[in-house]
Amino acid sequence: MHIPDGFLSVPAWGAAAGVSAGYLALATRRLRQTMEEREIPLMGLLAAFVFAAQMLNFPVAPGASGHFLGSTLVALLFGPWQASLMMTVILLIQAFIFLDGGVTALGANILNMAIIAPWVSVFVFRLLAGRGGRRGPAVFLAAWLAVMAAALACGLELALSGTVAWQAVLPAILGWHALIGVGEGLLTPLVMGYLARTGVAVGQKGAEEGGKA
Amino acid sequence: MARLKAGWWPLLLVVVVLVIFSPLASSAPDGLERVAEDLGFAERAVAHLAAPLPDYLWPGVAWEGPATVLAGLAGVAAVLLASWGCARLLVRR
Repeated sequence: MHIPDGFLSVPAWGAAAGVSAGYLALATRRLRQTMEEREIPLMGLLAAFVFAAQMLNFPVAPGASGHFLGSTLVALLFGPWQASLMMTVILLIQAFIFLDGGVTALGANILNMAIIAPWVSVFVFRLLAGRGGRRGPAVFLAAWLAVMAAALACGLELALSGTVAWQAVLPAILGWHALIGVGEGLLTPLVMGYLARTGVAVGQKGAEEGGKA
Repeated sequence: MARLKAGWWPLLLVVVVLVIFSPLASSAPDGLERVAEDLGFAERAVAHLAAPLPDYLWPGVAWEGPATVLAGLAGVAAVLLASWGCARLLVRR
């Protein structure tokens, strides 16, 4: 759901860019205090994994595809602030090197996929798994709702821009992402399980203390 | 905290394998592109930037598969470097 240039009005992308820039300044201040050196190799490798996985569009219906987003995966492993940093790096490279997502739309894309999606993931996961719920279904729902929330935000930005009526865009974009989100919901626990089982990575910050603002 | 416990190479191998398989990805429009086509605002998309590797294709490579893999590997390297650099700048000493 990378928004290209031309889809958003100047006030809409300007506002989104302002919110994202302010949030990232806050995240940077916080990460200076909490991020640890031994996290860096896994952060880099998982960001690269998410970038590569985002290239692999899978068909969801005839004439439509979706791809893994990765916001939930990194949010549950590293916490929402670090997830925002990782997703922002990916979005910057996609926009400036690959023309995937616009430069003016960058703030909106960061807001949807690097801010809203990780925070929704952590919030939903803690709500469901934190009260003795089972982890698998909690991860599935966290991932599905994160994709839906990002799609909703994307639809609202398009509607507020006057590009398309909200009555038309919201059901359409939420409908497609309800399908794409199932992929996210199935892949996220799979990757987390692989990382835990193979002992490649340890720790789940988002699940334990990442939700504290 | 989440950190790498085993060596870095198994995960890097997974990433490289994903990139090698990327030419098999569906070329159908994604969710937003499909909505833009269905609701008639797809043609509003413009490019304000001359990106070096547009559409995940290495320029000048005639075959689309290898062009995609090359672009993907460059992207993986860029993401690795950029996230390492950002984290390095932020981490407390």
